[in-house]
Amino acid sequence: MSAYDLPNKNGHFGPYGGIFVAETLISALEDLRKQYEFYRHDANFQSEFAEELKHYVGRPSPIYHAKRWSEHLGGAQILLKREDLNHTGAHKINNTIGQALLARRMGKKRVIAETGAGQHGVASATVAARYGMECIVYMGSEDIKRQATNVYRMKLLGATVVPVESGSRTLKDALNEAMRDWVTNVENTFYIIGTVAGPHPYPMMVRDFQAVIGNEAKIQMQEDFTRQPDALIACVGGGSNAIGLFYPYIDDVNVQLIGVEAAGKGIDTDQHAATLSMGRPGVLHGNRTYLIQDGNGQIVETHSISAGLDYPGVGPEHAWLKDCGRAEYVAITDDEALEAFHTLCRYEGIMPALESSHALAYAAKYAPTLPKDKLLLVNLSGRGDKDMATVAQMSGLTL
Amino acid sequence: MNLDSIKNLLSFFSEQSDTKRTHRIAKTFAGLKEQNRKALIPFITAGDPHPKYTIQLMHQLVQSGADIIELGVPFSDPMADGPTIQRSSERALKHHVSLDDVLKLVAEFRKTNINTPIVLMGYANPVEALGQVSFAAKARECGVDGVLIVDYPPEESSEWVQCLEQHQIDAIFLLSPTTHQQRIEQVAKMAKGYIYYVSLKGVTGASHLDLQDVSTKLNQLRQYISLPIGVGFGIRDGVTAKAVAELSDAVVVGSRIIEEIEKSSESDLLSNVGSLIKALRDAIDKN
Repeated sequence: MSAYDLPNKNGHFGPYGGIFVAETLISALEDLRKQYEFYRHDANFQSEFAEELKHYVGRPSPIYHAKRWSEHLGGAQILLKREDLNHTGAHKINNTIGQALLARRMGKKRVIAETGAGQHGVASATVAARYGMECIVYMGSEDIKRQATNVYRMKLLGATVVPVESGSRTLKDALNEAMRDWVTNVENTFYIIGTVAGPHPYPMMVRDFQAVIGNEAKIQMQEDFTRQPDALIACVGGGSNAIGLFYPYIDDVNVQLIGVEAAGKGIDTDQHAATLSMGRPGVLHGNRTYLIQDGNGQIVETHSISAGLDYPGVGPEHAWLKDCGRAEYVAITDDEALEAFHTLCRYEGIMPALESSHALAYAAKYAPTLPKDKLLLVNLSGRGDKDMATVAQMSGLTL
Repeated sequence: MNLDSIKNLLSFFSEQSDTKRTHRIAKTFAGLKEQNRKALIPFITAGDPHPKYTIQLMHQLVQSGADIIELGVPFSDPMADGPTIQRSSERALKHHVSLDDVLKLVAEFRKTNINTPIVLMGYANPVEALGQVSFAAKARECGVDGVLIVDYPPEESSEWVQCLEQHQIDAIFLLSPTTHQQRIEQVAKMAKGYIYYVSLKGVTGASHLDLQDVSTKLNQLRQYISLPIGVGFGIRDGVTAKAVAELSDAVVVGSRIIEEIEKSSESDLLSNVGSLIKALRDAIDKN
């Protein structure tokens, strides 16, 4: 079997990915593709990226053996890749640093970003402050209401948050609006996409920046456990933290790859965001991938307790990994995720993000079915401080 | 030689031939050229403000001087459109207007108009949901002449173009101020009907058209493109329409018409849109 080397030069992962954008964006994407192609092999760029990750983000993030929780579950050992310990509290910063460094080299002084829960917006505002760039964050007006704290964080960091009033006023509409800004201001503007979606080269570029997660894990597993895990488990909205962990392991066929989507109120309801489990292939936001859509090809609103998973698309590489059978995708409901959130708080003294709680919830289901010497590596992609108001509300409390 | 090809051959020589219907766009441009006139191509979104007005609006556009109609297929995520056309899409979607409904509207329009070319303009996903092949077959059956899918750039369009070609539908493509020469040549090979030149950077409905830039770029495009070239984005009044018509083969007007639809009541919708089109027509035709 030959080594995995997707996407191809046109940005395709099998039938997925590609460059499905209007002509007005083509030359900007072409420019980005050329520049990235150069810098991904440029030693200076890569060493600056590594330095920033080490000194600014605080990498490498440790792998922590959740012994008490594993014992409680009574099966496989659960290990946590602690992306929650990164600066700004999630994996998102790995990618925004990479893209901001690229933006600087391309001479762009203005960066724009879309955000749903606000995590990518905060990560973008953070790096814009760090490198002295103007930062505009597009955010659906519904999300702005739900995520007031993160909106204020972005403002404190000097970013301008622009409310998006079109469509469902959520993440997908923020992405549309950011694209519209980009096409209008392409000369001085760099669009920092927050996940492994969008037109080529974004899915590949974001994956490469996030691959630090899996690359570190490979070394750490060997050092700390003298072997690689039996399975990797990560939540999938757009899928950047999952692909970051999975990608370096794709050719290691003995390692099971499990992506966990948001089943919301149940995949048999119309309130979920389980794109790979329930969606159909189509074209949105510049790439061909699975989408949650109605019979006429209109994109429909999704639901998840975690805003970060509340997206009707998914990265094209996940679509391909699903179709070719290399990865499997499961879904976890709001209630199951919430239970995992509380359990991790109580058993390990770690408050996970609600997104990551989906991965934890699946690990809690899977671990008891396996012998105690099996190792499950779960990507703890973010910390849960941002979710306290949501969790309190679910418990009938107001903070 | 099978029966179909004999039929095709016969119809080629026949007055009532199918070619009349399949080459409406080319025919329209040829006719205009003879008269030394330029095409006016208005855009409306099917189902805006309500599906019951779409056919009436289409006839009104023709009566007021439209040569070709671009009919927008509503989509939930119109990434390349400005706020005006986004709103028109949202209004149509409130009435659940699907691609299938749009095709039915075209078929209905064809019952009383067999000459005016109809170009569908929209986004990829509704086409993907129907399937490219069944879409093309159905579109042809309903009397569609050309299709422009904004997010099918040439790179992703080889099968798409073949599929349209098989059903004798023109594949319309966009070119923009940033399209470089190699791509212009590529598009020149794939495109049929006419080329839609997007006259400025940004989304539909923007308003800062630079005529000098348009002129320079069109001269460059004409070195590679023999098809008629229509210019759109940023044309909001008779003066600009006239100026653009002098440089190009066709003037495409969208957002300005949608604005007129937005501010009209049900009773004056048709007359307001009619007056606007007539004013643009007169401006374009004026010597």
